[in-house]
Amino acid sequence: MYNFEYLNPTSLEEVSEVLAHSDGETVLLAGGTDLLDRLKEHLLRPRQVVNLKNVRELYTIERNEGLTIGALVTIADLAADAYIQENYPALSQAARSIATPQIRNMGTVGGNLAQRPRCWYFRGVEYRCLKKGGRKCYAVEGLNKYHAIMGGGPCYIVHPSDLAPVLIAYGARVTISGANGTREIPLEQFFQLPAKDLKKENVLNENEMITRITLPPQPENTYSLYLKFKELESHDFAVVSVAVVLHTRKKRITDASLVLGGVAPIPWKIPEAGALLKGKELTEPAIQAVAEQSVKGSDPLPQNGYKVHLTRNLVRRALTEIQQQL
Amino acid sequence: MSKWKPLEKMKILGKKYPRIDGAEKVTGRARYTYDQFKEGMLYGAILGSRYPAAKIVKIDDSMVWSLPGVKAVLTDVHPTGRVRYVGEEIAAVAATTPEILGEALRLFRVEYEKLPFTLYLEEAMKDEAPRVFPRRSNVNKPRIREEGNVEQGFAQAEVVLEDTFRTQVQIQTPLESHGSMVYWDGDELIIYDSTQAVHGVREGIAKMLDMPLHKVRVICHHMGGGFGSKLQPGIYTVIAARLAKQANAPVRLMLDRQLEFLTTGNRPDSLSRIKMGAKRDGTITAFFAKTYGTAGIGNGAGVRLPIVYSIPNVRHEHHDVYTNAGAARPFRAPGCPQASFAMEQMMDEMAEKLGMDPLQFRLKNDSNPTRQKEWMIGAERFGWHRRKVTPASDPGPIKRGMGLGASIWWPGGRGTKASMKIYSDGSVEVFCGTQDLGTGTRTHIAAVAAEELGLELKQIKVHIGDSNYPRSGASGGSTTSPSVAPAIKNTAEKARQELGKILAEHWNVSPEAIIFSDGYVIASGEAKQRLSWKEACGLLETDVLEVHGEWSEGLSSSGVAGCQFAEVEVDTDTGKIRVLRIVAVADCGLILDRLTTESQVNGGIIQGISYALFEERLFDPQTGAMVNPNFETYKIVGTMETPEIEVILFDEPERGVIGIGEPPTIPTSGAIANAVYNAIGVRIKSLPMTPDKVLQALANQKA
Repeated sequence: MYNFEYLNPTSLEEVSEVLAHSDGETVLLAGGTDLLDRLKEHLLRPRQVVNLKNVRELYTIERNEGLTIGALVTIADLAADAYIQENYPALSQAARSIATPQIRNMGTVGGNLAQRPRCWYFRGVEYRCLKKGGRKCYAVEGLNKYHAIMGGGPCYIVHPSDLAPVLIAYGARVTISGANGTREIPLEQFFQLPAKDLKKENVLNENEMITRITLPPQPENTYSLYLKFKELESHDFAVVSVAVVLHTRKKRITDASLVLGGVAPIPWKIPEAGALLKGKELTEPAIQAVAEQSVKGSDPLPQNGYKVHLTRNLVRRALTEIQQQL
Repeated sequence: MSKWKPLEKMKILGKKYPRIDGAEKVTGRARYTYDQFKEGMLYGAILGSRYPAAKIVKIDDSMVWSLPGVKAVLTDVHPTGRVRYVGEEIAAVAATTPEILGEALRLFRVEYEKLPFTLYLEEAMKDEAPRVFPRRSNVNKPRIREEGNVEQGFAQAEVVLEDTFRTQVQIQTPLESHGSMVYWDGDELIIYDSTQAVHGVREGIAKMLDMPLHKVRVICHHMGGGFGSKLQPGIYTVIAARLAKQANAPVRLMLDRQLEFLTTGNRPDSLSRIKMGAKRDGTITAFFAKTYGTAGIGNGAGVRLPIVYSIPNVRHEHHDVYTNAGAARPFRAPGCPQASFAMEQMMDEMAEKLGMDPLQFRLKNDSNPTRQKEWMIGAERFGWHRRKVTPASDPGPIKRGMGLGASIWWPGGRGTKASMKIYSDGSVEVFCGTQDLGTGTRTHIAAVAAEELGLELKQIKVHIGDSNYPRSGASGGSTTSPSVAPAIKNTAEKARQELGKILAEHWNVSPEAIIFSDGYVIASGEAKQRLSWKEACGLLETDVLEVHGEWSEGLSSSGVAGCQFAEVEVDTDTGKIRVLRIVAVADCGLILDRLTTESQVNGGIIQGISYALFEERLFDPQTGAMVNPNFETYKIVGTMETPEIEVILFDEPERGVIGIGEPPTIPTSGAIANAVYNAIGVRIKSLPMTPDKVLQALANQKA
């Protein structure tokens, strides 16, 4: 049988200590909803598994000017938080859209951001794909219905997180701690494309972990929405999802942020959305322009062209829903 | 033996009552094969082929043996060493914990000589496709069905339509995977198997292991579904028996989800090219179909066309096509959902072309008198008259539509034996070598016995799922109820007569005067004597009353009709189809338990929705491996996808008991497809009807 060492630190200092001595064969266990699957499928063979669940300081949701969310806050707790429902409603919507109640009870915010892709070639031990040190992306000539339509190549995974697009749209920052100290970066910069590094989806080094997420306060008259399209309503990852945050003043948009999920190897920000909407009212032509812009440059694979239509339609629908609230 | 009582005189049958083992199941006390445990038991696992076509050159198990806890290894599992699909069994191991198994399987060093392979129906049909069997064409010779004269039929037709439909491979996906717990008791083999056929498995395994029948015993107390995939003896059982022998210990070998998906059967896919002709008055005159389907390396991919409707001139040519995939097995109404998806859409296309209402067109071409009534009942309850005549006429992106389809089934009852024991304290035991695959058979047996003896359900102890009990057939083809219920009735009737004789003697009246009712035994007529059931049984003193009975003609029949109406909502922005409502009318003769019968219809419809919208086995073209062998990516309908379902049971008690398990799953996909067309004005001719296909079809329509 395959064995590993199981560690139970109770403070961040202890975790840092462990990470300082890690040799690339240490993995962090939070909710375990992704990690355990990968261990059971023999996709991972760590020497050490570090259980984070006894690190109490990672559990807090703290109201300050904005909001700070500990990495170990569960998806269920996030979804149930009344302050978040009131002030960051799209984040609640995203949390509620994730998986099943059982998984929401176990899964954590940090885990959701650092989870590995669901690509069936990445998950299947049979395929030695690029991410696993192989020489090809099986999706290119294989079955690619759920794969990337933007930002792909040479690997075509999509990032599976529901929280990430919303958090980025709200302007979240992520705090990363490790043996070499702590740094805070915009969450947007946390993720990176396969073209940059095939083996991982973010900038975390082997001896680092996410400790918290910080959300800036949202001005009055902020409208936000998370729209997720999944094939199975009961439990599914997003085929395409749309996170929108609009700041308005007297019906005019002062700032707009649009981030897509399920379409690219990272949460896919549409930076032009801000320019297209700033200073304007949310009219039909404006909505149409943003919807068109959101799929500009998409480069679908043979079986996922429908995701282009889907993305355009969902962006339009999300903005139309907000238009009706304005 | 006598007939069934009239329905109005029944105290239990035909009514609604919960399963006798329901509480046991929901509280986790019911022991499935998965739960079987014996002191010293080992855990077994099978190594499946990594390649879809290869010669096994060598299997080196030395590393496997080096792993602590490994107690038995087999490397001669495959009979020829020429594998034809990913997952095909090539080696096996048993170890002291299940955790060891995953590692043990990785330590087999298998040397393969890879061969070319073919995975998909239409590719395998091409001349240049690699052959699955070297000396045989992938495309089998046609099976031809011919009635009337199809040329003349088309000559009579005033409207002729042609179209092509495709359906996918669907996996049975029982919650409990296939597997056995086995142990040797001397030279006898005891098998706990998750099976739909305890006697069939005994006979099969005895043959495979060259053992006398009486030395093999098969037990299945509870099982977590089969849907047709558990009708046959499993290679895993033989492997478990051999591992158990080698290690001299009990072995439990349950397949993991991946091998379950790859090796234990499926519903074949289909390609149906159809031509249908009708007169302007709506009479179908001719039907021609050329169909193909792949049952992997097996046969039996037939498409039962034309289905349901009466057509005088028919020609159907079907070709099974081999591919490098696990063999198909029976799956709830084999060959029928594939046929119905194509047939019901053809019917609607023709009705539209003729300017007829789809329901009227069906009434005109349906010769089944029961279904004629069912169509009307269903249409009324569903509100068929509210169906939009013009498709896609809803404003806005979300559009609603209505559709319908019909079901049919054939088999009835067959030989089943049973026995009953009545003890002097009034307790009653029934023994029957059938099994309850989740349909409620255990409950139905108690109900029939209680009805005959004038007792309550809870007074009957039912023993099933053991090859030591009187022989009964496999639970397949919707034959269990019509096979078992008559046998139990006859057995109980015999017991009643025997006990009646004792009481007649006791009261000195004629045996005909003895009545069993509401827990009492009564001497009718002048004598007016009465004893409680328990007191009456007391007359047995130290004896046990034991009788044997069997199935007889006249208490069951065959042939089921039914129809379904579906209302759907299609989101034209996302391509998603949501089923809002299904109304189903179903008949099955004398209903044993209205609750389990409704459950069967509900289950058939839910599985039908899953077939229509979600399920599909997907093979990677590069490796031949299945990319979705798990419940994340092999999508199955869940609670949120289950619509409001209304089941209307059409009572025909005079026909006796008929099975209902299969027909309700037949028409659902076709009814949904027709409703989708009514909603959006585009036909989806390929299953499953996923958002990508709907969006593509809408885009093509626009273009």
